[in-house]
Amino acid sequence: MSILVLADLHEGQLAGATAHVIAAAKQIGGDIDVLVAGEGVQAAADAAAKLDGVNKVRVADNAVYAHQLAEPLGALLVELADDYSHVLASASTTGKNMLPRLAALKDVSQLSDIIAVDSADTFKRPIYAGNAIATVKSDDALKVITVRATGFDAVDESGSASIEAVDVVVENSQSSFVKEELAQSDRPELGGAKVVISGGRGMGNGENFKLLDGIADKLGAAIGASRAAVDAGFVPNDMQVGQTGKIVAPELYIAVGISGAIQHLAGMKDSKVIVAINKDDDAPIFQVADYGLVGDLFEILPELESKL
Amino acid sequence: MKVLVAVKRVIDYNVKIRVKADHSDVDLTNVKMAMNPFCEIAVEEAVRLKEKGVATEVVAVSVGPKAAQEQLRTSLALGADRAIHIETDERVESLAVAKLLANVVDEEQPGLVILGKQAIDTDNNQTGQMLAALTNLPQGTFASEVVVDGDKLHVTREIDGGLQTIALTLPAIVTTDLRLNEPRYAKLPDIMKAKKKPMDVRTPADFGVEVASKVSLLKVESPAERKGGVKVASVDELIDKLKNEAKVL
Repeated sequence: MSILVLADLHEGQLAGATAHVIAAAKQIGGDIDVLVAGEGVQAAADAAAKLDGVNKVRVADNAVYAHQLAEPLGALLVELADDYSHVLASASTTGKNMLPRLAALKDVSQLSDIIAVDSADTFKRPIYAGNAIATVKSDDALKVITVRATGFDAVDESGSASIEAVDVVVENSQSSFVKEELAQSDRPELGGAKVVISGGRGMGNGENFKLLDGIADKLGAAIGASRAAVDAGFVPNDMQVGQTGKIVAPELYIAVGISGAIQHLAGMKDSKVIVAINKDDDAPIFQVADYGLVGDLFEILPELESKL
Repeated sequence: MKVLVAVKRVIDYNVKIRVKADHSDVDLTNVKMAMNPFCEIAVEEAVRLKEKGVATEVVAVSVGPKAAQEQLRTSLALGADRAIHIETDERVESLAVAKLLANVVDEEQPGLVILGKQAIDTDNNQTGQMLAALTNLPQGTFASEVVVDGDKLHVTREIDGGLQTIALTLPAIVTTDLRLNEPRYAKLPDIMKAKKKPMDVRTPADFGVEVASKVSLLKVESPAERKGGVKVASVDELIDKLKNEAKVL
């Protein structure tokens, strides 16, 4: 068996999710190659070569692959996939965007968002917002799979894989990049943070999210939000934790003013320790929280910050 | 411009699901069904394009059992002009749906196809991308804004870390994210009128598409239950528990 892993990039750098996808690939077994595709991605390729378990890093560095547009990236994957039994990518917005194109053009099904590897052809994946876990087996010759990063512990950086250039260049006249507005933050990324503190509708407005800043600073935490808080316009969409937002599984998840809709729980219930702070004693979030504190978040948050 | 919009009948998003005792699947007997929320957003966007004079006709299509006609009627009540039902009782995977939709695209020649980014039952997030690949049309997935600008479509996409705007040639495939719009409710007179709108019923065989998949569902289980913990009385107690019991601080 041989596996191609599409590296996940964030602003041209290797994203943390890739090390988790390689962990899944190691469980499948076989030679693991990593494809780094983009423009000016040598640093990302160097970082990928250090990941444990990687056999070879293949670099497609060309302007046509800039900004990870789906049409050229999908075409590149189609060109390369014949050498492999499995093609894996993180279930990030990039992986979700590309991989179904590869699957369709190879006339195979895709397995989305796997959380466990049972064998080289059998996997577990959440369905119905994580309220059921399906075990699925693929008899397709090529397995096309997206991997939920939180389902696998990241491999370490003890590797030293070779790096080789891929000179496949595809045409793209269908799509072009216009602009990107990325949140600038010194905090860890939501998907990889050890501690996450999230605010919900109970925060009242966007200004009040600043109450989470001091605590996040002290804990080295990423800040998230429920869909209700995002839909209300308190914070931008990339902070959303839930079925259709980010899936997180930190050591510590602190839910503040979040009632706990199943769609939100789907995004955080695999966290190791969950703390809920809510004024409503009956909020469903308390049913999954290890530690619940009932009270006014506007009093609790400043006290928590000062005592940490 | 003709707009094709795909809709899926799924379990209502408020329903708490149950796994069948034999672990063969989720139990959908006597469960409330509805239009997939992301598909509602797709229909709404198509109807708004018609109201703006950008779209001339909105065609709704669904693949599924006979009962999926309820969701097509809802689409018609919300403003779609006609519907195509591709009837099958089989479990149809994303790839087969995409193949069927590609045939419909071929017949109908829409200027724009709008789909939900994922269905809340299988959570696959595949069909739109597969349709784009099979029809060789560009894709704008996870859209939070869609603007027709001459012969180009500007799509603002919700990506990890922020927003990305891309320009696509038309025809194009768009999949909706939650914040693209807020769907309206169907009004009673429109629900009555929808009953008279045309619905074409087809089968996968009409298109020569084989719906069987090489992926088999071996088992469906409930996830490990997370037990609720304890309530603490104060911030001091919380910090103490996190330090000394959970050892995460």
